[in-house]
Amino acid sequence: MNEWPLWEVFVRSQHGLAHQHAGSLHAPDAETALNNARDVYTRRNEGVSIWVVKSADITASSPSEKGPLFEPAASKPYRHPTFYEVPDEVKHL
Amino acid sequence: MTPDELFQDRIDRGIKIEPKDYMPEGYRKTLIRQISQHAHSEVVGQLPEGNWITRAPSLRRKAILLAKVQDEAGHGLYLYSAAETLGVSREQMIADLHSGKAKYSSIFNYPTLTWADIGAIGWLVDGAAIINQIALCRCSYGPYARAMVRICKEESFHQRQGYEILLTLCRGTKEQKAMAQDALNRWWWPSLMMFGPHDSESTHSEQSTKWKIKIVSNDALRQKFVDQTVPQGEYLGLTFPDPKLRWNAARGHYDFGEIDWDEFKNVIQGNGPCNRDRLRARIAAHEQGAWVREAALAYAKKHEKRAAA
Ligand SMILES: [Fe+2]
Ligand SMILES: [Fe+2]
Ligand SMILES: [Fe+2]
Repeated sequence: MNEWPLWEVFVRSQHGLAHQHAGSLHAPDAETALNNARDVYTRRNEGVSIWVVKSADITASSPSEKGPLFEPAASKPYRHPTFYEVPDEVKHL
Repeated sequence: MTPDELFQDRIDRGIKIEPKDYMPEGYRKTLIRQISQHAHSEVVGQLPEGNWITRAPSLRRKAILLAKVQDEAGHGLYLYSAAETLGVSREQMIADLHSGKAKYSSIFNYPTLTWADIGAIGWLVDGAAIINQIALCRCSYGPYARAMVRICKEESFHQRQGYEILLTLCRGTKEQKAMAQDALNRWWWPSLMMFGPHDSESTHSEQSTKWKIKIVSNDALRQKFVDQTVPQGEYLGLTFPDPKLRWNAARGHYDFGEIDWDEFKNVIQGNGPCNRDRLRARIAAHEQGAWVREAALAYAKKHEKRAAA
């Protein structure tokens, strides 16, 4: 198989924001991936910066383990400001 | 336009600077100093509160304090990572903290003597940090600004849990209320010092303002903190340790007394009540953790070999 590798494309849409995943494409190398990403994902000035990352280099959490993976946060409501009693008269807290 | 003029023009137009953009060497250096100092403050800031985790008065308070201290570790990590985008290594930053070359916020050189201090830290120290950090969300360096946005979101529970601790103490026995008052007495002035020297004395202010690394002046931020915090303290039924503190209707702000700048300088120079202790604890944690870092690397290498085989 001589298929070109798959690349994930991340686009910074505006100055100041973080890059966001836009989609993916096949390309033989990083430079071509970047050029193709420009043509595929930013034809209407959607971005000011592009990142491409080989899909194979991304380690992702598995969807089936979503429950146990995020459970530690689910049981900790005290990480949220609404957990605390602050009287209405007290401002700026 | 020269590269430096183009750079300034971007900043004037409110365009964020990103890691691969051109930047003057002074901008890079100032940011590395400021962001790493901020990171060190988050990390060292865990120590005074960590002191009370095992002695929190209830399981609820213990879980909350653990979660808060864990957040501060995370804040340190976001900020070290932001600094690393400027080309400085994590190792170097930590070495500079341990050698005393890099500073951290001098507020963490004061001791936490009673449980009420945990309330005062959340209310006052996190409160002051939030005011500072909200301003920094608009700073010109993208990775720093984005870290600040994330941190500000997480901070809001820190301040509320602290205030809740003091509210509970102030509604309690006479002794408990006295404990809250004592904590306010000891933490008030050091909290005001967190905003740094007067604008007229501040060494890097002018250039930092031009570069939008500093967005609001030290004195303006300090005033904002006083204006927000005094009514909160009055609601608790506590008094502030400043005879000059009073509402000035003409200014629309509270007037307040002068900070003891000798104390401020003394603590920064390393002679606060806990400076030596804090650094010793950080160095010990780093050294005692060396085997964990080595073991994790050895484990990763072993698995890499296996996968290759
Ligand atoms: Fe923090
Ligand atoms: Fe902070
Ligand atoms: Fe905090």
